Amino acid sequence: MKRTDRDKELSKRTISRRGLVLGGLQLGVAGALLWRLRDMQLNQSEQFRLLAEENRINLRLLPPTRGLILDRNGVLLAGNEQNYRVVIKRDDAGDIDLVLARLARLIDLSAEEVERARRDMLRNRPFVPVTVAERLSWEEISRVAANAPALPGVTPEMGLSRYYPLRADTAHVVGYVGPVSERDLEALETPDPVLLIPRFQIGKSGVERMEEDRLRGRAGSQRVEVNVVGRVMRELDRVEGVPGGNVHLTLDATLQNYTLERLHGQSAAAVVMDVQTGDILALASGPSFDPNLFVRGISTTDFNALLHSDYRPLVNKTVQGMYPPGSTFKMVTALAALEAGVTDGQERVFCPGHMDVSGNRFHCWKRGGHGRVGMVSALSESCDVYFYEMAQRCGIDKINEMSTRLGLGLRYDLPITSVAGGLNPTREWKRNNRGSEWRVGDTVNASIGQGFVLTTPLQLAVMTARLASNSAVLPRLVRDPLERAQPQAASLDLRPEWLRLIWRGMYETVNDQRGTAYSSRVVADGQTMAGKTGTSQVFSITRAERDAGIRRQEDLPWNRRNHGLFVSYAPYDAPRLAVSVVVEHGGGGSSAAAPLGRDIMLAALNGGRPPLAAYPAPQRNRIQYEQDEMQERLRRPEDMRLSRA
Amino acid sequence: MSYLEYNTKRMPSGLAKVLYLNWPLVALLIAVACYGFVMLFSVAGGNLTPWAELQIKRFGLGLVVMFVVGFVPLWFWRSIAGVAYAVSILLLLGVEFFGTIGMGAKRWLEVGPFRLQPSELAKITTIMALAAYYDWLDLKKVSHPVWVLAAAAIALVPAVLVLRQPDLGTSLLLALGGGAVIFAAGVHWAYFAALITAGVGLVGAVFTSRGTEWQLLKDYQYRRIDAFLDPTLDPLGAGYHINQSMIALGSGGWSGRGFMEGTQARLNFLPEKHTDFIFTTLAEEFGFIGAASLLLLYMLIMAVCLLTALNTTNRFGALLVMGVIGTFFLYFAVNMAMVMGLAPVVGVPLPLVSFGGSAMIVLMVGFGLVQSAHVHRARLPS
Repeated sequence: MKRTDRDKELSKRTISRRGLVLGGLQLGVAGALLWRLRDMQLNQSEQFRLLAEENRINLRLLPPTRGLILDRNGVLLAGNEQNYRVVIKRDDAGDIDLVLARLARLIDLSAEEVERARRDMLRNRPFVPVTVAERLSWEEISRVAANAPALPGVTPEMGLSRYYPLRADTAHVVGYVGPVSERDLEALETPDPVLLIPRFQIGKSGVERMEEDRLRGRAGSQRVEVNVVGRVMRELDRVEGVPGGNVHLTLDATLQNYTLERLHGQSAAAVVMDVQTGDILALASGPSFDPNLFVRGISTTDFNALLHSDYRPLVNKTVQGMYPPGSTFKMVTALAALEAGVTDGQERVFCPGHMDVSGNRFHCWKRGGHGRVGMVSALSESCDVYFYEMAQRCGIDKINEMSTRLGLGLRYDLPITSVAGGLNPTREWKRNNRGSEWRVGDTVNASIGQGFVLTTPLQLAVMTARLASNSAVLPRLVRDPLERAQPQAASLDLRPEWLRLIWRGMYETVNDQRGTAYSSRVVADGQTMAGKTGTSQVFSITRAERDAGIRRQEDLPWNRRNHGLFVSYAPYDAPRLAVSVVVEHGGGGSSAAAPLGRDIMLAALNGGRPPLAAYPAPQRNRIQYEQDEMQERLRRPEDMRLSRA
Repeated sequence: MSYLEYNTKRMPSGLAKVLYLNWPLVALLIAVACYGFVMLFSVAGGNLTPWAELQIKRFGLGLVVMFVVGFVPLWFWRSIAGVAYAVSILLLLGVEFFGTIGMGAKRWLEVGPFRLQPSELAKITTIMALAAYYDWLDLKKVSHPVWVLAAAAIALVPAVLVLRQPDLGTSLLLALGGGAVIFAAGVHWAYFAALITAGVGLVGAVFTSRGTEWQLLKDYQYRRIDAFLDPTLDPLGAGYHINQSMIALGSGGWSGRGFMEGTQARLNFLPEKHTDFIFTTLAEEFGFIGAASLLLLYMLIMAVCLLTALNTTNRFGALLVMGVIGTFFLYFAVNMAMVMGLAPVVGVPLPLVSFGGSAMIVLMVGFGLVQSAHVHRARLPS
């Protein structure tokens, strides 16, 4: 529209005025913005920069390499194996179904594993690597690597995981590792931060658990720059951790292997010990289990099978199993009597096959009686009545004292789990635990290792070693590989003339025709064995069973049969090793335990398969057959490395 | 030379118009756009793709558009203002019914291969319509309530339509941009005083009503306001972006962390780092110097435009330029206030720097109109 000049002038003035007002306002706002900018960037920049650093830097722990467990000769008992696995990242894979289908054609993948990988991938953020398969063989991992172009997002990776090359052989001693549980963490006051790493494994039993502190090492750390979703962009710096220390055991892997194999088919335990140093050379509890199953995560079926087996494979019977020692206890009674001065050892006692003590009749195992027996023949023929008599003369207190001196009833401090203390009954113990006074009958029972007395195979081995060496040897499972001097145990201060009687008795047990273990004698020079059998009653044969015609152990159901025990040392003239064997429900010491004891002793003395020449000639054919059969079982796959189950 | 001389007596024609263009404005625009190119190159990790190269091409196109618009005589723009406004209202209605949904809001119209964002177009046409309206209106009627209401309606109709998309930021920009023109036209200040009083009263009412029976907003809306007022209250939720943005901005310091060294941007802690939050990246990498100099350039652009407005006797041209200045100012002021934690997160880009085609072209059309007003500023003999 047409305007007058005055209007135009007015309009221009208005717009100028208003424009300047607006401009001023805008300048004010811009000034405020500038002020705010200055405040944030100049005054508070330190604080904001700190926040930015916190944002981007993430501290990560680097798990330390776990220490190795080695036997006395450096044979690996527990190591870390390269674990090849295949991981896949969703955001790189694109079509995950296609990639998984291709992968399943290259490596052995079950439909279940594929499904699990798929689920994990969809649940996690797309850049999180998901493990599809673990413990692949080298061939499999090579196939995956070679086909990498067809498998986008798939990476073959390598990590370390625990493995036990000797599998079942050392399961009870070495134990196994497993992932850290809530309970493990609660038990610690200040948990090592490394324990919080997902899938970090710690010792769950055996040496793995007891020597955890030494084996674990210290974690390293790594500072990485991460982006907003936590993806690692680059490493800023890293502090290497300290790898765990190695643990050297006193075990001899070869002997351990032989010993466990020799126990095959039985629920049994055997301990081989150096009589001078106390070094445990073999600590076998059969049947055993494969600890690698536990590392990988054992299936419920497998675990239940182990848990509910009558032979209790999960129990370490060498230290956990407590058995009445039976006649293997008779050396204790004999020495107690000698020390008490109630007999000179030459005196003969008449055995009519039984003895009546305060109205109860106590039988000798030999119904017809042994006639007149001295200490040596009482030991070798295992006459019960002789010891009934001696025990009554010296009393339970002396027996208890001698038993403790010989190492029974003590809980040894070994780095294995669940070491039991056994039981050396005393008057006080009975009063506190059974609520009644000690009676003579209890002493009579204890004299032949029945009644309340309980021992572990380890304790029996210690007792034998102490008898053979006259020193207070302590069992030892871990050794310092650099040690110069062998540990010297204090003397037991048993008079040599007493010990000679015991030694003679144990010698004749094995080497005299009337000895209870005569069939298990060794004929090789310099390897002569001395020992003592024991049969400990678990249940008496009931009247009803006797009436039903059950007379012999073999007729009883397995779990009602007697335990068979055998302790021995060799060589007789210069003792080096002590062996104890307990065969649960084996029937009897001379038949079930002594042959095992002899074979294990010979294997230990000869560093391998016992030479046939060490056996009495008539037995050699049978022994050879047994050895061949065992060799068949011992034959293991060439490749000890675990393959994927 | 005539481009610095304001009191031209002759109306240029043909190619001579080149000499009458506002060249300082062109230089300033190019300088600001270069900030954008550098930052887009940086946030792409030192790559021209996917943003910087495209942005350069778009800016080139924008310059051409600006020149073309600037060469067209101003009265042509005045004569089509009404039609353009009507078309943009129709397009906004079209979005309402046929719009494409993106980012939780309907903003685009798909026309064949093109994507049209009518709300961007509306920013210019509303200003043009208001300027033409006041050019037409008798000066004596300017403050008359009826005519003020009519002007308010022109500004509010597109604002409400955009608010329904919903796009609070653009809606606010439309209403305030229109308000700037109305203010510049000389409407009595009492209207504005009343409006501001009413606004303050409403805000006061909203806050005092909280927790009472007649509470005006829903609880979650209050929580959003809380997070806006103090982002640290909810660092992982509503306040997350603002918090990260402030960390980035503050950590820049005096001279910044260095080109392509901004950890917040590079590690993706910043949201929308190539669009709405690009100022944060600039402040992080180039510090106070970089951020303040950009602010200064913006102010210079406004000053140059204001000079044009003050020196034209053409009422339409002057008001149009005031509208463009107001809209431009609102763009960067709201964006900067937002990334500094002074305003809520509303989707407003940093003009000429943020990556984005529609906003860039529309702004360049706006500056084209400024050029047109500048070129055709001569006092014509009446």
